[in-house]
Amino acid sequence: MSDATTADTAKNPSRPEAVLAADGTPLKKSLNRALRRQKIRALMLIAPLLLFVLISFVAPIGDMLFRSVENQIVSETLPRTVVALKEWDEASGEPPSEQVYQALYRDMFISVERKEHTRVGQRLNYETTGISSLFRKSGRKMDDIAEPYEDLILDVDKGWKTPERWATLYDSAGTSLPAFTSAYEAFVETMTEDGKDPATTKPWEMFYSELYDDIATGDAAGYNGPLSAELAAVTNAVQGFAAPSFADAFTEIEEDWADHEVWGTIKVYAPRFTPGYFLTSIDMQLGPDGIEAQPEEKQIYITLFKRTLIMSLVITGSCILLGYPVAWLLANLPMRVSNLLMILVLLPFWTSLLVRTSAWKVLLQQQGVINDLLVWIGLISDEGRLVMINNATGTIIAMTHILLPFMILPLYSVMQTIPPTYLRAAKSLGATNWTAFWRVYFPQSVPGIGAGSILVFILSIGYYITPEIVGGTKGVFISNRIAYHISSSLNWGLAAALGSILLAVVLLLYWAYDKIVGIDNVKLG
Amino acid sequence: MASDSTNDAFVVFDRVQKSYDGETLVVKDLNLSLPKGEFLTMLGPSGSGKTTCLMMLAGFETATHGEILLDGKPINNIPPHKRGIGMVFQNYALFPHMTVAENLAFPLEVRKMGKSEREAKVKRALDMVQMGEFGGRRPAQLSGGQQQRIALARALVFEPELVLMDEPLGALDKQLREHMQFEITSIAHNLGITTVYVTHDQTEALTMSDRVAVFEDGRIQQLAPPDELYEAPQNSFVAQFIGENNTLEGVVETISNGECTVRVADGSLIDAKPVNVTKPGEKTLISIRPERVEMGKSRLHPDAHTLKAEVLEFIYMGDIFRTRLRVAGRDDFVIKTRNAPDQKRLKPGEQIEIGWLAEDARALDA
Ligand SMILES: Nc1ncnc2c1ncn2[C@@H]1O[C@H](COP(=O)(O)OP(=O)(O)O)[C@@H](O)[C@H]1O
Ligand SMILES: [Mg+2]
Repeated sequence: MSDATTADTAKNPSRPEAVLAADGTPLKKSLNRALRRQKIRALMLIAPLLLFVLISFVAPIGDMLFRSVENQIVSETLPRTVVALKEWDEASGEPPSEQVYQALYRDMFISVERKEHTRVGQRLNYETTGISSLFRKSGRKMDDIAEPYEDLILDVDKGWKTPERWATLYDSAGTSLPAFTSAYEAFVETMTEDGKDPATTKPWEMFYSELYDDIATGDAAGYNGPLSAELAAVTNAVQGFAAPSFADAFTEIEEDWADHEVWGTIKVYAPRFTPGYFLTSIDMQLGPDGIEAQPEEKQIYITLFKRTLIMSLVITGSCILLGYPVAWLLANLPMRVSNLLMILVLLPFWTSLLVRTSAWKVLLQQQGVINDLLVWIGLISDEGRLVMINNATGTIIAMTHILLPFMILPLYSVMQTIPPTYLRAAKSLGATNWTAFWRVYFPQSVPGIGAGSILVFILSIGYYITPEIVGGTKGVFISNRIAYHISSSLNWGLAAALGSILLAVVLLLYWAYDKIVGIDNVKLG
Repeated sequence: MASDSTNDAFVVFDRVQKSYDGETLVVKDLNLSLPKGEFLTMLGPSGSGKTTCLMMLAGFETATHGEILLDGKPINNIPPHKRGIGMVFQNYALFPHMTVAENLAFPLEVRKMGKSEREAKVKRALDMVQMGEFGGRRPAQLSGGQQQRIALARALVFEPELVLMDEPLGALDKQLREHMQFEITSIAHNLGITTVYVTHDQTEALTMSDRVAVFEDGRIQQLAPPDELYEAPQNSFVAQFIGENNTLEGVVETISNGECTVRVADGSLIDAKPVNVTKPGEKTLISIRPERVEMGKSRLHPDAHTLKAEVLEFIYMGDIFRTRLRVAGRDDFVIKTRNAPDQKRLKPGEQIEIGWLAEDARALDA
């Protein structure tokens, strides 16, 4: 075998030479050149749409994917706390050390001044309820924590009240006052952002506690600037001062600061990127020991996803059942009649979606037209009126109606291309009407069913308005939950994760469909 | 009801009428009977009702009036799938989602035939049309001629006694068409099946059929074997429709003993055989085949009438010469002469004398 191949290649060593155009350039090259103008023109024609799609479709999807894992806010707002917490072992069941509380005090003070503490509180509140109010309430009390230090220093020298004093201190500090320098830099940054002059603005109360800290740790001894005398006076006063504990100060403000669960949450959500939103989307959460199931009463998303998929399948199925005969009629009736029928099929497109859905509400409710009719006929008793709205039934009925044209149109366009002679041929060969339909007509209409099903299924999986109006609690879809997180709870990260999962499910189904049926078997026209 | 001649007939149309819209009759009073094993062709211009007749026979259309008998039994109320009639459609109607073999097995499957028997029959049918290799292909992977053969094999595989073909060769090129004409007739004769074949191509009709029914406007104008149809058309429509034909308008002058004289437009008299005329004074159309026209009197009766003619065009066609003449005021008179060594080649402008045997000029309805 291998002998034969080598012999073959030896016999035919030369490769076919490139074909040349009349002017001697390779044919491929001159063809490419000739086609380039055409390609550029085609590209320019689609450019507006391409840009539009990129800006309005691809970019938002990219942003959504990013948001679903993004978690910068914790580490940006509480940088010192996050670092300090690394040492803390949440498994111990103990609250963290004094250093952590001090770091929290510094971060909180700065973020309160920057008005960012409520946002991070809200973010952490998604994971552990109560943190939002904890942050909000504590924020107001940061000045109280600084107060003993302020009193201590101002008792020594009222000159520390002026912004100039602190500015001079900062300018001359060098590396001798690290805690104060860090606080002052945050001060400058905040003032600059607010458009104020740090040299004339009222100093932060935090400076007193930080200056005390530098003195207490002994760092301040290295200072030898113009304020050495003033600093020495303060250092003297500090000698007899018993600094209060930050931990005690925080737990006094709110008991929850002693709760190790709160600290666990901060620690778990410290990284810049988090799988937390995705885990929440599948009813899991990040615990101190890794991934665990959500508590029973908070598990809703898997149920919603399942419900969305199953109901979309049911809707697609009923669209096939109802749409197939209509499409068949459309394709086989005489032109005049089928045009009229086509108008009826398209009629829903000309009425508002809201109106149609509300109409179903009128029809299906317990005091509605259908129930009244059934009671009047005597099929059901007055007490036994059917519940057809504000549940899954209502959603299925209304959505089947709304999505039906999307099934009928591709089916119709495929059926139109199936010549009636096939059915005649089958019958002439001895097939009954049913066999002829099932063995000959139906297989040829499958591409239409495929196209319609993909369309209806993908549309319904992301449908929002109709389930919202007629779905009640038992008939809402995952999209309603996404909408809730976007507009009410403002948990965009979770909404993005849910949306990403939905997108992944659709792509997965699309892929499976391609494997099983083959995507080139889909005909839309 | 049926007349004596239809007693041994296999297919009978008995006073069949058909209307689609309730206003016009597409098929008018159709009477036709064909014995077992006959190859009958329905020939006629487009829209003359041929397909409609075929569809009524196959069961896809119902006759508005009259009866269709198959093997002596009325079939008006038998659904198409129980009639057991093989059918070849113009566009072949091969099922695109099945392979060739599956297409052929389809009629056997619906008849609940066992697998091994089915396969044997499919193979035999494929071999019959010399397509044994192609069982695994899809129809879309075959050429037009190959699809045609498969369609034929599929119509025959379940061994029907009657096969209907509606312009089956319409989509093929000329050479392939001629080849397939031959193949279809030989298969039909070998199997001894009765065939009703529809075409608008008169050559096809003449070369393939035992008998040809010429359709026009929902009626059979003439039903006869090909040679009779060509040589003895019963009316001017058939004469014009089949083969090339010269016509001269005129009025009957005398009529006796199966011969008549007719005065044509320029006043001269010609001899003809009365077919649709009975008395002097009647208007008539004379039909003469181009190859039956004689130049000069040498082979004619001494007192036969002749006409003066002027040569307008001479076309050399290899085996024959085709000459266009101006005769009796018409300049579309064509004669065909054999390319023999002694045959004169005429030049435009030449004046000649033409004539014919009385029985070759048929005086038909005007
Ligand atoms: N399904 C139909 N509905 C109405 N008119 C038809 C139908 N089929 C054929 N016709 C009319 O009947 C006439 C004969 O048609 P057809 O039998 O197809 O002729 P042919 O096969 O000789 O060309 C035509 O005038 C055609 O328009
Ligand atoms: Mg036809």
